[in-house]
Amino acid sequence: MFEVRFHGRGGQGAVTAANILATAAFLEGNDVQSFPFFGVERRGAPVEAYTRIDTKKIDIKMYIYNPDAVVVLDTSLMGKIDVMKGLKKGGYLILNTQKKPEEFPFKDYKVAVVDATDVAVNLGLGSRASPIVNTAILGAYAKAVGNVKIESILEAIKRNAPSRPEDNAKAALESYNRTILGW
Amino acid sequence: MPMMMLRGNESTAYAAKLARVKVIPAYPITPSTLFPEKVSELIANGEMEAEFLPVESEHSALSAAIGAAATGVRAMTATASQGLALMHEVLFIASGMRMPIVMAIGNRALSAPVNIWADQQDTIAERDSGWIQFYAETNQEALDLTLIAFKVAENENVLLPAMMGMDAFVLTHTMEPVNVPDQKDVDEYLGEKKINYPVLDPEKPATFGAFVFPEHYMDIRYSQYIAMEHAKSVIDDAFKEFEKKFGRRYSKVSGFMTDDAEVILVTMGSITGTARETVRKLRERGEKVGLVKITVYRPFPKEELVSITRNAKVVAVVDRNVSPGFGGAIFTELVASYNKEKRKPRILDFIMGLGGRDVKIENYEQVYDIAKKAKRGKFKEINWIDVDEEAVKEVEGSI
Repeated sequence: MFEVRFHGRGGQGAVTAANILATAAFLEGNDVQSFPFFGVERRGAPVEAYTRIDTKKIDIKMYIYNPDAVVVLDTSLMGKIDVMKGLKKGGYLILNTQKKPEEFPFKDYKVAVVDATDVAVNLGLGSRASPIVNTAILGAYAKAVGNVKIESILEAIKRNAPSRPEDNAKAALESYNRTILGW
Repeated sequence: MPMMMLRGNESTAYAAKLARVKVIPAYPITPSTLFPEKVSELIANGEMEAEFLPVESEHSALSAAIGAAATGVRAMTATASQGLALMHEVLFIASGMRMPIVMAIGNRALSAPVNIWADQQDTIAERDSGWIQFYAETNQEALDLTLIAFKVAENENVLLPAMMGMDAFVLTHTMEPVNVPDQKDVDEYLGEKKINYPVLDPEKPATFGAFVFPEHYMDIRYSQYIAMEHAKSVIDDAFKEFEKKFGRRYSKVSGFMTDDAEVILVTMGSITGTARETVRKLRERGEKVGLVKITVYRPFPKEELVSITRNAKVVAVVDRNVSPGFGGAIFTELVASYNKEKRKPRILDFIMGLGGRDVKIENYEQVYDIAKKAKRGKFKEINWIDVDEEAVKEVEGSI
């Protein structure tokens, strides 16, 4: 079982990202689950979403407390909420940032970075003030974690994107190529 | 049969489409709102042919469903919590008029305090309303059980409304792969809706739900009681036919590793999967533990439950509801189900997961520990799991 937690702000598409990742993993023959943090969503407020992936049938229906990977769509959340909470030692941390992996003090984790905001804005996905980076960051996930192929992510985007599936797929592919791995 | 990634509310919306429901009156409420959203989208896209009625309240939604069903067409709605509570008086009218309406419920806590999360108190509180009650563990079950609910409700020996409960968020908002059956197969399974009950027809005027004197009311209630008894075998047949057609097996209660189990957990709804995972873990440690899932709560499957639990030493019932002044609903009815038996296992109640409190593997391990110790000696009948005992004691005192 592989468990992923997404952090973003309401409106950035963290819930859709969790759904797309689940769809991609499902296309590769896995059982999957994806769900939002159960509660009330507001634009701009911190949002969490989750994906479970397993080669076996997934029975459990509890929250994810110890994810194998954490994906942060908006690193401005990082001083305010503990995005590392429960992340397994040696787990993946995938960040949307202009910084380099070594600039983060997370020695016990595998840090991967991509400027998903730049990728998204260049393709006209949202604005610089409010970029929609959910599909771009999934390219970085595919590169960093590797348990879901980029081709499956692209197919899942085409099936799930609420609008402009081609540009969203391009964003994922470009991020995939631009992702810097810190290990 | 295409696999689709669906949330629970979408599962039941697709079930409505596949059942060719003709009238859907609905009023939105968390966590069921996605059902009317999805249904109106399917209708707007031309994928579904039905009348969608945005009404002004849940009371009106069910009233309109009764009106629709009274003309002989398939009617369905969805609601949750306060919405279901607002329907309370109309629920009895639907069953009293013997209207085979199906309703999807996003099982959610009742106020006060306001809480939008998973809890089965809303449907349990409507236990006596004369509706058949199904509970889903997964989104696949939510779709399948909604189709089965129509099959049972419309059976001429039953003609009772049915509700299909799925836990708030854990199912309603969680996306899972769901096998969506082919329309042709569903058409063959359900058939065209037969009008096997009196309907509103200008050619043959009739009055429905009219005033009756004491000389008739009780007999009408008795016939409702008999119809619910008939539902027991009709449900079994509907499950068998479903399995033949779609290959997925259902039963009112289903056991997991119960054969040699000394302790058996009993669960209902989405908390079952985590219990099954816990049983697997405990079995690896050599613990003789099993699990029974309840899929049909009304009519209550008492014979099946007694037969599957009778050889256990302890039965640990998990209730995501509580009746203050006694205990959980499933516990109460399981104990009563043993009335005719000479010997019975010790039955303990565990109140868990109210108002969306997460039900975790560690909680089930705690349940198992308490149940195992209860094999001998004194035991506590009603156990609240994962509550802040100290804080509550400080305010309310001890019992």
